[in-house]
Amino acid sequence: MKSFTQLSSLACPLPLENIDTDQLIPARFMKESRADGYSNFLLHDMRFNAGGEPQKSILNTINKDNACSSEVLVALRNFGGGSSREAAVYALVDFGFRCVIAPSFGDIFASNAVNNGLLPALVSEKDCEQLLEALAGELGQIDIDLAAQTITCEDITIPFDINATWKLKLLNGWDDIDLTLVEAPKIAIFREKYRKCYPWLG
Amino acid sequence: MAGKTLFDKIWQAHEICQNEEGQSLLWVDRHLAHEGSFHAFNKLAERGQPVRHPECTICIADHYVPTTSRSLIAVQPKIRNVIQQLIDNSRHHGLTLIGLDDPRQGIVHVVGPEQGITQPGLLMVCGDSHTSTHGALGAFAFGIGASEVAHVLATQTLWQDKPKRMRITINGQLAPGVTAKDIALAWISRLGSDGARGYAIEYAGSVVRNLSVEARLTLCNLSIEGGGRCGMIAPDQKTIEYVKGRTYSPEGEMLEQAVAYWQTLYSDDDAEFDREVVLNGADIEPIVTWGVSPEDALPIRGCVPDPAKANSLGRAHQIQDSLDYMGLLPGQKLTDISIDRVFIGSCTNARIEDLRAAAAIVQGKVCKVPGIVSPGSTQVKAQAEAEGLDKTFIDAGLEWRESGCSMCVGMNGDLIASGERCASTTNRNFKGRQGPGARTHLMSPAMVAAAALTGHLTDIRDLLG
Repeated sequence: MKSFTQLSSLACPLPLENIDTDQLIPARFMKESRADGYSNFLLHDMRFNAGGEPQKSILNTINKDNACSSEVLVALRNFGGGSSREAAVYALVDFGFRCVIAPSFGDIFASNAVNNGLLPALVSEKDCEQLLEALAGELGQIDIDLAAQTITCEDITIPFDINATWKLKLLNGWDDIDLTLVEAPKIAIFREKYRKCYPWLG
Repeated sequence: MAGKTLFDKIWQAHEICQNEEGQSLLWVDRHLAHEGSFHAFNKLAERGQPVRHPECTICIADHYVPTTSRSLIAVQPKIRNVIQQLIDNSRHHGLTLIGLDDPRQGIVHVVGPEQGITQPGLLMVCGDSHTSTHGALGAFAFGIGASEVAHVLATQTLWQDKPKRMRITINGQLAPGVTAKDIALAWISRLGSDGARGYAIEYAGSVVRNLSVEARLTLCNLSIEGGGRCGMIAPDQKTIEYVKGRTYSPEGEMLEQAVAYWQTLYSDDDAEFDREVVLNGADIEPIVTWGVSPEDALPIRGCVPDPAKANSLGRAHQIQDSLDYMGLLPGQKLTDISIDRVFIGSCTNARIEDLRAAAAIVQGKVCKVPGIVSPGSTQVKAQAEAEGLDKTFIDAGLEWRESGCSMCVGMNGDLIASGERCASTTNRNFKGRQGPGARTHLMSPAMVAAAALTGHLTDIRDLLG
């Protein structure tokens, strides 16, 4: 997995609450193979009308031919709640996003994000509002430093929260399975003890 | 030292070790996989990694299965392909498969308890957020993403941060017509759809003790809609009787040992919770959702909220956006909202008791709107047919289908047309959940049946006489 240390990019404001994973990628696209990328499915029904025509949305102005590239999304509370579908993260990553800033994230979404190198940067409601005010509905330059846990936009610098393990994983690009396989002896000892304690589990 | 909560006890039993940052590596007893797990199996294939404990994973086809028949012939090739991948992956790795033609097939969260796969004290995971359901039997069960599913397949373990503990106590008694669904929507509308984020929930109190095991499954199922990591209920005699004698349940001497352990699984009197929420059962009314999040829920005698009366600009904007999507007007009486169709199904409310409750309402009557009934499992379907419930629904004008996730998520093509309004026993009223532009109102099975009869959202108490 690619590591995440610092990021300097344009930030895209999406000042909406409860952007659930069903909105991030509608269920009907989830049978598609990842090989072709999921970027077209990201927030599909917000970006396109029933006939498939692009709607007026800031997302439709970015990441096309790299003319106007944004790697940071700024949203309101409970981003990524709902379904556990990791495809919601695939859609964000394939679209080009590397960080989502919000005052709260769905639990499973945040964990899925980290497992795909996408930083879920948790900020206070107040700081989030301040950031969105600074962006004023437009794309704006933003700098993110994961080690220092800071976000800088114009003359504002705000802190963000991230789980300590997740921070390490992102900074180093570590993969959980590799980390766990190292613990194989501990797991084997645990397993023996566990089987004796709860023999009906086989 | 303070005592331990039910959650603490189960967490401790599964903790293998901690990393330097304090995250725990947990042993996973049971993993349920469905068709959507193909991303995880692909990750495993990319790494050339085998499944570490094939005996601990059970594959069940539910998300994409057709409900009009059990034949895949007429199914869209891409959907068929996803179902086929589950079959291929289970064969390749030597995993148990409960496939489309299996009499035990059904929605993972209905099949788990039904087959005795779910037991008190277990740590269970599944690549589906409604895995919280299994906590009703006293298991620590939660939904995970594809990377974590791959991790479980490869190691039979999972890294987790210990959540905080919340107890939701519901005292007193429920009024007639009020169900587990209403309890869930009541607390979610009060705390918000992220109100329990970061918490393991334990449900307690006399109302919970008096709920049937099936109703408890509904209550725990909806824990994720309030953002909870899991929802659980301490096993009692009712739980033990329920678990006994099922296919995967222990027997004889093993059962005795298991029961002795299960009886230790409760929160000690002096256990501390990080947050306590107390509800009075008698205050809970039949509830319906009006917006696009389960937190947008109100008692059926209420009115659609007015954005002009919201306590903040942000909230006003959010309400207006919901009303635009739902095609509703501020101040409109909820019982004046007419519907186009109904859906009775899903891991939330499609067990036999749910079907009985809905059938009792439509018995001998004719529905004003069309709708689908999809039992939670093939076993539930057989039981319902033995009781004649299928005939009751069909005579009332509803379609009697096979079991699967069906119109709760629409992956199999069971969709609601854009702009149509559905009274649904499911768990999510998100935008587009039941199809692009579809409008969903969540409520209990009896309330859905009542709405089917009248053609508009209806207070079940008016039909109880």
